Amino acid sequence: MGSGIEALVNREYAYGFVTDIETDTVPAGLNEGIIRLISAKKNEPEFMLEWRLKAYRRWLTMKEPHWGNVKYPAIDYNSLVYYSAPKSVKPLQSLDEVDPELLRTYEKLGISLTEQKFLAGVAVDAIFDSVSVGTTMREELGKLGIIFCSFGEAVQNHPELVEKYLGTVVPHSDNFFAALNAAVFSDGSFAYVPKGVKCPMELSTYFRINSANTGQFERTLIIADEGASVSYLEGCTAPKRDENQLHAAVVELIALDNATVKYSTVQNWYAGDAEGKGGIYNFVTKRGKCAGVNSKISWTQVETGSAITWKYPSVILQGDNSVGEFYSVAVVNKKQQADTGTKMIHIGKNTKSTIVSKGISAGEGNNSYRGLVRVLPKAEGARNYTQCDSMLIGNKCGAHTFPYIEVQNNTATLEHEASTSKIGEDQIFYCKQRGVSAEHAVSMIVSGFCREVFKELPMEFAVEAQQLLGITLEGSVG
Amino acid sequence: MSDVATRKGFRDNAALGNNGANSVNTRALSPIEAYRANFRHQPAGPEWLQSLRAQGMDRFEALGFPTTKNEDWHFTSVAPIAERMFHVARTSEAGISSEGSTAGIVARADLERFTFGQPAWHTLVFVNGEFSPDLSSCAGAGEKVRVNSLAKAVRSGIGRPERHLGKIAAFNRHAFTALNTAFIQDGALVELQADAVVDQPIHLIFVSEGEGEAVSHPRNLIVAAQNSRATIIESYVSIRDNCYFTNAVTEISLGEGARVDHYKIQRESEKAFHVGTTQIRQERDSQLHSFSFAVGGSLARTNIYTSLAGAAASCTLNGLYLADGVQHIDNQTVIEHIAPNCPSHEVYKGVLDGRSHGVFNGKVYVHPEAQKTDGKQSNNNLLLSPTARVDTKPQLEIFADDVKCTHGATVGRLDEVAMFYLNSRGIGRETARILLTYAFAADVLETIELQSMKEELEKMVLSRFAGSGT
Repeated sequence: MGSGIEALVNREYAYGFVTDIETDTVPAGLNEGIIRLISAKKNEPEFMLEWRLKAYRRWLTMKEPHWGNVKYPAIDYNSLVYYSAPKSVKPLQSLDEVDPELLRTYEKLGISLTEQKFLAGVAVDAIFDSVSVGTTMREELGKLGIIFCSFGEAVQNHPELVEKYLGTVVPHSDNFFAALNAAVFSDGSFAYVPKGVKCPMELSTYFRINSANTGQFERTLIIADEGASVSYLEGCTAPKRDENQLHAAVVELIALDNATVKYSTVQNWYAGDAEGKGGIYNFVTKRGKCAGVNSKISWTQVETGSAITWKYPSVILQGDNSVGEFYSVAVVNKKQQADTGTKMIHIGKNTKSTIVSKGISAGEGNNSYRGLVRVLPKAEGARNYTQCDSMLIGNKCGAHTFPYIEVQNNTATLEHEASTSKIGEDQIFYCKQRGVSAEHAVSMIVSGFCREVFKELPMEFAVEAQQLLGITLEGSVG
Repeated sequence: MSDVATRKGFRDNAALGNNGANSVNTRALSPIEAYRANFRHQPAGPEWLQSLRAQGMDRFEALGFPTTKNEDWHFTSVAPIAERMFHVARTSEAGISSEGSTAGIVARADLERFTFGQPAWHTLVFVNGEFSPDLSSCAGAGEKVRVNSLAKAVRSGIGRPERHLGKIAAFNRHAFTALNTAFIQDGALVELQADAVVDQPIHLIFVSEGEGEAVSHPRNLIVAAQNSRATIIESYVSIRDNCYFTNAVTEISLGEGARVDHYKIQRESEKAFHVGTTQIRQERDSQLHSFSFAVGGSLARTNIYTSLAGAAASCTLNGLYLADGVQHIDNQTVIEHIAPNCPSHEVYKGVLDGRSHGVFNGKVYVHPEAQKTDGKQSNNNLLLSPTARVDTKPQLEIFADDVKCTHGATVGRLDEVAMFYLNSRGIGRETARILLTYAFAADVLETIELQSMKEELEKMVLSRFAGSGT
């Protein structure tokens, strides 16, 4: 391994800094009192508090799952702080009212709200720790009847929509982390696209975890009504911390008749240092429901960060002719662990799903693809195509594939293909011979390997994703 | 069978034991406790065997029957086995201490349909897990080859089976292997000395016969020294349509450059339960060709586990499972690449009709040292009826970087276009269906090197799904 390469590998996390803002935190620990306090602080209606308490009581009866191919020290749920909001927050009329310290944070991250508002045409609902601090372009969206706001605001302004759809895809009792999220979630994003409306811009949220010891419990709910379509972007960076931070978010997507939802993620949370110390635990429940006929839900994810990534963006294909897609690139380096994949549950007739997963393992990372394709007895003519490829760079990493295929209908057609191989030495040689450095060659080969997924990403994300991949991997070739 | 009857069956068996004075009140026993009680009533053996059995029993009690929460048994519930009180199948009361005559229960003529029309093969017949010299013919396998019943070898000390027995099959991890180890009585012991080549296949036939719900635990050991070569067939059969449980374990040790072709033909009664584990350890340059054919049993599970422990050892695991009615047929394979430069190839195919449930779980595990591994695995399933079900889980776990591993799985039904093509050329729907089903299975059957077996299995595929049109 060349020394220049080594420098790149060992390069410090570029976004590792802590913004010094006074935060409004609740005491550490979890009990009904804390939940009531969170609910009261957020001025929530009664149904929300009841739902949280129901989830909490259920959570108490659940055991933390350990079936994933990931290892981490036990989490003490009573030492976490479950709510943290920047103190300076009050209802904002314009970006001028935002704490300049916060704006500078976003600038360091390269997400200048003001710039984006005018240039990118992207409405940004930026999350700083747990409370939404700025929302742009809302008026433009409002004209079309699109609601795009923080979850907290949605609870205040559109309680009927929240009550109708919250927990319909990921119920409060779904799993350990989802139940915890339901009990204590502080904020998140909410989007509703009314009948027949095609959302004219990409909706986007940047997440950022800040306060030490604050579990980040986001909850996102996106509803595309009949004939509507929406594309949503989620991107993450987090500052450097020595202690592991738990992130147990829940994302629910609902597509009614003929609706389309596209959800893209670039995840670059702090992965821990070379010894694997610190770093984010990303234990997320993401699920979409194609509730109506001809509906479509598409997940695209680029996972480069987090010490541990453990998530399965899934699609329930309930409506006839509905379509589910999952495109994923997961990269692990150093001591990162990723256990990710998807679930496609075929319930309706002629439902189709496509899974393309690319796993790249370098350093001492361990990457697992775990996917479930289930065809229920009534899913006549269901169709699935799965491809998962793994690339290994270095001899201390691991790649694992755990596909589960369960078919109860003989009209279904399923194909699963997987391959694992080393990064091509002959390809690197070919590039070097033509004057391309080994590093660039690796970057090129990896880009080619991931192309099928990158082409699914919206333009601005595709660029960011390529860069992230480069930073994560460059120099891991020996 | 009713609960009362099963318990009665067990009690009868307890009475068979030689320790009537300490007879236990079986009514109060759970099935696992009943196994323990039966364990105590086993005929004694040499000290090493007693100790091995005791370890097996302890391990089985600690592990218990696997549940569907156990990842290896995720799609197969063994509750029908775990809840039953099987009594130990016996053909003679003396068990391991002498060779009984089983001719009265099973006649030579009964076995003819299981011998692939090959009287010249070296045939060892086991009735309810116990060797039957009357029905066997295994003389003259060659001077470097020793084929014996395990019980005889244990009694006489020939071949010192203790050197290998229980060393290959991981009874500390697998409950059914532990259970088998606790009840080691008899089975086949095949020893090939260096450079030995067995001219004819060695056919081990395990017949389950008799009244009541009985369990047998056949235990086989095959030790192939360097550069030896043999073809070994294990057939699990029954003559009548009884309910019983076969829990078989076969251990195979392949020395340097040895080659064993191993065929497992599972055609138990459709009321029976079958759990069979074949565990292999392969040294340098050895070759394993395994073929598993599973067609019987109401609940059947076949495990084939091989460890490629020496460099450039290779293995081919092929399998075909055909299920109909309410059968549940499960196949699990694990290929562990420990040493570098080992190729492994695997093709399993399933044809499922009626309300049957097929399961395939294949794991390829590549250790960090196993560079230059070339692993290929594929599983294809054909669903003939709308109510058939299949669960497949091909798995790759890779810790080395310079490897080439692929796996694939498919599930589908008969191709309508192919069907139309045949119909348009005057071939009726029923014939076309049989033809296409046969074609699906044919490429795995093609890998069988024993001509007579291949032909017979082909016929079975052709006839099995005839007349069950969708």
